[in-house]
Amino acid sequence: MGRDEFIFLLIGLKWTVVLSVVGFVCGSIGGLAIALLRTCGVPYLERLTAFYIGIFQGTPLLMQLFVVYYGLALVGLKLDAWIAVAIGLTLHASAYLGEIWRGSIEAVPRGQTEAAKALSIKYVSRMKDVILPQAIRISLPATVGFLVQLIKGTSLAAIVGFTELTRAGNIISNQIFEPLTVFGIVGILYFIMCCPLTILGARLERRFAMSAR
Amino acid sequence: MTNVSTTTTADPMIRLQRVEKWYGAFQALHDINMDVRQGERIVLCGPSGSGKSTLIRCINHLESYEKGEIRVGDTLLGHRSRDIDAIRRDVGMVFQQFNLFPHLTVLQNCMLAPIRALGLGKAQAEDRARSLLDRVKILEQAEKYPAQLSGGQQQRVAIARALCMRPKVMLFDEPTSALDPEMVKEVLDTMIGLAEEGMTMICVTHEMGFARQVADRVIFMASGAIVEEAPPATFFSNPRHERTRKFLGEILRH
Repeated sequence: MGRDEFIFLLIGLKWTVVLSVVGFVCGSIGGLAIALLRTCGVPYLERLTAFYIGIFQGTPLLMQLFVVYYGLALVGLKLDAWIAVAIGLTLHASAYLGEIWRGSIEAVPRGQTEAAKALSIKYVSRMKDVILPQAIRISLPATVGFLVQLIKGTSLAAIVGFTELTRAGNIISNQIFEPLTVFGIVGILYFIMCCPLTILGARLERRFAMSAR
Repeated sequence: MTNVSTTTTADPMIRLQRVEKWYGAFQALHDINMDVRQGERIVLCGPSGSGKSTLIRCINHLESYEKGEIRVGDTLLGHRSRDIDAIRRDVGMVFQQFNLFPHLTVLQNCMLAPIRALGLGKAQAEDRARSLLDRVKILEQAEKYPAQLSGGQQQRVAIARALCMRPKVMLFDEPTSALDPEMVKEVLDTMIGLAEEGMTMICVTHEMGFARQVADRVIFMASGAIVEEAPPATFFSNPRHERTRKFLGEILRH
């Protein structure tokens, strides 16, 4: 495998990173909204978001990407493959992150909400200053774990024809007939992306634990 | 004890009339009628499940109620959030489990509510927080986190945090029940100091010594109803109801 092939892999890697970042950032915004709706106390909103979460947790990501990619085309929206995949990943991530963060919001002891209410602190400030900082610390292991899953999940974009890292590896491998070498390198590239995140997550957990102890 | 004028305003500061509360089919409060005048110190006592915590939690709307009327000052406590927020500004609460915010320092704990709920500037809030932490004699711990403090220290911070809102009434929900015995005194001393300064207080507590020393009235509750109320001298020496006598017999045995 030569220099040009390796650069082709790196371009695929770039798209994997872009998809992961967009999916995680937009998914986080959506996920936070969903987590807040799930805990807002209005029964029909809570049920609605539970249903949304159920759909995305109950179906394969691959199928979700298909539905978004071909569904949007059917409706008349001719989007680039990577935008359609980004939308699919965002919806998927928002459901999972929404559920993770709902759980961690509910794991914050009730006394915290009661103390904040007794001090006349209103909902927005209560969430922003009291509940969410504690919820985020609780959610760190699960959130980092999901982020790693998301990065690996971007490889499914290959199925809708988008050239991210896995598909790039596939293409090169078909050209030079060295699947073990190529996919070995692809695996190492994925590991280089995921491993620092796990380490960063562990470091953040330790830092939060120290300041809370 | 300081001579506090309690009858300049004829209306009571807190008034509960015919208040009833249900949890589903279970009735937690039966026909509660209670008036609290400015400067009064009330001790609520009774066995577990008697509804005493539920009652004071209704006053700042941590619990809702189904029948009757609760008035704090001029405000009727209903379901409108504007009224609830206004009442919560005037009513401070100290919890059995302290409920300090663990991710904030002691000073930040005390500054948060004045900044967010009262709109104070940061410097002003800090000055107020420092002076109140000093009043409960814990200013030297200002930069520590709650987990680094003992239970008694945490509860004193909780009292300072509530006082930073300059409440007109303080509610205490079994403030010393979760403390080791040697720390109970420091918290009770802080509460006695508050009482001597004229703060209107309603305390749910098992500390009968505190009740004898500080209370204007002791109210005994059982099974969600007020059974007896009297000034401490009468209450402890001459309880009228059988149930009160039984309770006092058990609690004063130790």
